[in-house]
Amino acid sequence: MEHKVIETPDVVIRFAGDSGDGMQLTGTLFANLSAVYGNGLSTFPDYPSEIRAPKGTVAGVSGFQVHIGRGKVNTPGDYCDLLVAMNPAALRANAKWLKRTATVLVNADAFDDALLAKAGFTGDPFEELHIEDRNIIMVPITHLTEESLKDSGLDMNAVHKCKNMFTLGMACYLYSRPLDYIYTYLESRFAKKHPEMIEPNRKVVTDGYNYAAAIQAVPNTYTIEPEVQEKGLYRNITGNQAVAWGLIAAAEKAGLPLFCGSYPITPATSILEELAIHKNLGVKTMQTEDEIAGICSAIGASFAGSLAVTTTSGPGLSLKSEALGLAVMTELPLVLVDVQRGGPCTGLPTKTEQADLSEALYGRNGECPLVVMAAHSPAHCFDAAFTAAKVAVEHMTPVILLSEGYLGNGSEPWKIPSMDAYPPIRPRFVSAGDGVKFRPFERDPETLARRWAPVGTPGKEHRVGGLEKNHDGVLSNQPENHELMVREREEKVARVAADIPDLVVDGPQEGDLLLVGWGGTYGHLLTAVDQLRAAGRTVSRVHFDFINPLPKNTAEVFARFRRILVCELNRGQFAAWLRTQLPQFQYLQCNKVQGQTFLVQDIVEAVENIG
Amino acid sequence: MATYTLKDFKSDQEVRWCAGCGDYSVLAALQRTLPKVCEEKGIDKEKVVVVSGIGCSSRLPYYMDTYGFHSIHGRAAIIATGMKVASPDLSVWQISGDGDALAIGGNHFIHAIRRNVDINILLFNNRIYGMTKGQYSPTSKFGTVTKTSPYGTVEEPFNPGSLVLGAKGTFFARGLDTKLALNEEIMLAASRHEGTSVMEFLTNCVIFNNGAHAELSDRAVTDDHTIVLRAGEKMLFGKERDKGLVLDGWKLKVVRIGVDGVTEDDVLTHNPHEDNLGLQMMLADMKGPDFPVALGVIRDVPARTYDHEVAAQVEKVTAAARVHSVDELLHSGSTWELK
Repeated sequence: MEHKVIETPDVVIRFAGDSGDGMQLTGTLFANLSAVYGNGLSTFPDYPSEIRAPKGTVAGVSGFQVHIGRGKVNTPGDYCDLLVAMNPAALRANAKWLKRTATVLVNADAFDDALLAKAGFTGDPFEELHIEDRNIIMVPITHLTEESLKDSGLDMNAVHKCKNMFTLGMACYLYSRPLDYIYTYLESRFAKKHPEMIEPNRKVVTDGYNYAAAIQAVPNTYTIEPEVQEKGLYRNITGNQAVAWGLIAAAEKAGLPLFCGSYPITPATSILEELAIHKNLGVKTMQTEDEIAGICSAIGASFAGSLAVTTTSGPGLSLKSEALGLAVMTELPLVLVDVQRGGPCTGLPTKTEQADLSEALYGRNGECPLVVMAAHSPAHCFDAAFTAAKVAVEHMTPVILLSEGYLGNGSEPWKIPSMDAYPPIRPRFVSAGDGVKFRPFERDPETLARRWAPVGTPGKEHRVGGLEKNHDGVLSNQPENHELMVREREEKVARVAADIPDLVVDGPQEGDLLLVGWGGTYGHLLTAVDQLRAAGRTVSRVHFDFINPLPKNTAEVFARFRRILVCELNRGQFAAWLRTQLPQFQYLQCNKVQGQTFLVQDIVEAVENIG
Repeated sequence: MATYTLKDFKSDQEVRWCAGCGDYSVLAALQRTLPKVCEEKGIDKEKVVVVSGIGCSSRLPYYMDTYGFHSIHGRAAIIATGMKVASPDLSVWQISGDGDALAIGGNHFIHAIRRNVDINILLFNNRIYGMTKGQYSPTSKFGTVTKTSPYGTVEEPFNPGSLVLGAKGTFFARGLDTKLALNEEIMLAASRHEGTSVMEFLTNCVIFNNGAHAELSDRAVTDDHTIVLRAGEKMLFGKERDKGLVLDGWKLKVVRIGVDGVTEDDVLTHNPHEDNLGLQMMLADMKGPDFPVALGVIRDVPARTYDHEVAAQVEKVTAAARVHSVDELLHSGSTWELK
C-alpha cells in the first residue's frame, strides 16, 4: 500500500506516562514546535497532585494534551487522535479519551506482567478497555532507546531518561513535524550545564523519527498545514504567566511599584514564582507565613502606595475573607487573583472548576461588595490582570480576578502586543501640599471613588481601618452614616460598569437561543457554537469577563432572545447571580462538576436536548 | 525637615480608654518619643505610621496625628511588614495587645521576628481580654478566674520575652505603665534598632484585671520587685540599690551587697548587645517572688533586616538585568514570527 501524507484540519494528541516519564516536557516541546511551524494550538496538562506517586500506578499518571490546528484553536480538544502511553497505567487512565479512529502508541517494554498487574489488568489490556479496534502500535521504546545510546557513554539511568525523546521523534514523524526546533531547544537547554547531553538527545529524537518511518508505523501520516494567521511576532504563554505579566504591565502603566504577598497553593503558585523572577521591573514579592498574611501584607503595601496583589486558590480565598472586608472598608486598591480548583475545602487541587464564584461575590461578613472579573483564555489572563489592576487603582476598590486551573496551566500562542496599545492607568493620588485637611472618604461625584493618600504624602495624615467611618475618616456609629457608607460602597462598585465594555453578541443579534458563559469555558462554547451552526442550528453566544458589575447592556441583550442557556463548571452559581441581578429573565442551565473542562460535545448535547 | 513637639503627634480625637487605664501612659510616651525619632532619623512626620490590630490598645492610631491603620484582629504585624517592605523609608510602629499578638496573631508575630523586618512592635500586656469584657488571654497566669474561666484557667501563659528570644528576636525590651521615662527610653532604643523591636509594656486593666501588675508597680515595692537593665551598668536593684544579680553555676541568683563578702564587682554587668541568648533568656524569664522582673532593653543585637534584603536584592537584580521594560519582557525568551 502506498504511503500518503494526508492533510487534516486539526489533531489532538495526548502524551501520558508516569509522573517521572517527562510527558509534560514532551507535550510542551511538541506544542512549541508546532507553534513555530505556524499552527494554532491549545494545551492542557493533566497531572496528579502527588509529585511522584508509586511508579506504574494509575494515581501516578501524568498527562499533557495538545490540540493543533491550521488556524486559531480554542480548546485542548475533547478526544484524542493519538495517545502516547508510556506504561499500562497511562493506558488505563486515558483510554476513555480515544476517538474511534485513534492511534495508540505504547511502550511495549513497559507492558510486562508486573506493570500490567500494577495497573489492574488481568488479561489483554486493549481488550479489557475495549479499544482493541484502534490502531495500536507497540514499540519497545526502552529497548530502542538503549540501542540508540549504546555508544553514548551515558549510564543506564541517564539513557532511560531519554526515552521520552524517542517517543517525541516518533510523534513528529506521524504528524510531519520538522525536528529543527527540537535541535535548537536541546542546544539552549543543555549548552551551559550539560553539553554532553545535547548529542545523545539529538540522536534519540532522530532515531525515533526514523524508526517510525522505517516500520511504516501507520498506513498514512498526517500534516496540519498552517493557515495564514495574523502576521507578527508570537510567543507561547500560560495563563499564570500571563497574569503575572499583566500585573507587571499595569504597574508600569500606572507608574507604581508592584507588591505581591502570597502563599504557595496549587494551581496558583506559578504566578508568585513568575513575579519573583522579575524584580528588575519594580516587583517586590513576599512569600508569607500563610494565606491571611499574603493579603494583609498586600493591604499594608497598598496603604504605602504600591500596586498590591495577592494570589491564591479556593481554600486560600476562604482564608482571605476577613482581610478582603478590610480592603473593602478602607477602600484601598487591591487585586486578588483566584485560580480556581475543584472544591469544596481541599477538594481537587490539580483539577479545574468554576465554583468559587459565589464566594467571590458574597463570601464576606456585612454588606461587602467588590468587583469580580474573570479571565477567559490563557493569553486573555494578561489583559484581564491589566484591567483588574486598572479598575482597582482608578476606582479605589479590591478586585477579585477569577482564573481557573485550566487557564493557569494551559497555554496558547499569543501575538505579542505593544504596551502603547494599552490605556493609561491613573492612580487617584491626592494632591499634596495644598494645605487642605484630607477627608479620606470624600468621593468623586462621577465614580464615587475616594482619593489615595499613601503613607509619606506630606500633610495628608489620616487613619483608616475596619471600623465604620464618616467621610472625614472619623469613627462613626451613627445609623444614618452607616447606611450612607454601605450604599456608597455598593454604588461605587456598580458604577465601574461605566468603564467596562459592552457585551458583544456572537451570531444573530436576536433570536431563539443565547448561550451564556464566563471564564475559561470560552473556547469550548465558541467551538460548540461553530459546530452547532455547521449542523444548521441558529444560536448566539455572549461571554462575560465582568461578573460584578455586569456590563451595562446585559439586560438589553438578554431581552432579545427567547431562551438563555447559562453554561458553567459549577452547579449554577452565575445563573443564580443573574437571577438576583436580572430577575426578569428565565435562565436554563448547563453544568458540569467533574474537575474537568466542558467537552465541546457536552454543550452541543445540552443545546440539542433543550430542543 | 521640620522639628516637632508632642503636640504634633496628638490627634483631635478624644481618647476613649477607661479612666486609670495603663494604655494612657504608653500613648503619652510614644507621642513624646516621636519628635526625637523624627529628629534622629531626619524624617518628616508623614513618614511615621502607626498600625494596630483589634483590642483596647489597638485604638491607639486614632489618637495619633500620623498615618494610621486600625486593622483586623491579629494581623497588624504582617500589615506593618507589607508597608515597611513596600516603603523602607517609613518609621513603622505596630500596636498590639496580648490577645492580638500572641493568640490570634501568634503566627504573624513570630514570623515578623524571624524575618527581622525593621518595625517597632508595642505589645500592651494586661493579661486579659478587655474589649470583650474580661476573658483570659494567653498571658493570664495559671488559675486566673475570668468569665470564660470561672473556676480558674488550667493552661500556662506565654512569657512574651521568652517567646521573642526563643524565636531569636534581635530586640526585646520591657516597660511598665507607671514608668513613663523608662518607656520613652525603650521606644527610642527600639527606633534606633534596625530590625523587629518588640517592646512589652505591662499595663493595668482597671476594669477587668485591676492590679494586673501591682506587685511590680506599687510605689512601695517597685524598686525591690523590678530591676531596670541598662547596657554597661551593673545589675543592681532595690530601694537602696543594694541587691544585685550574679551567676551561680548555670543559674541567676540574687545577692546583697556587703553580705557574705559580696561586692558590687561581683554583680553582673548588662550587655544587651551580646548575641548569645543564654543570660538574656534568664533575665527575661525572671519573676517573683525569688527574682525581680527585668525592665529595660534586655536584648539589642544587630542583624540583617528583611526590608533591607528585599530592597538590596531588587537593586542587584535590576543592575544585572537585560530587561528593563514590559515591552522588552514580552519579547524576551522564545518567540516566532508569522509572516
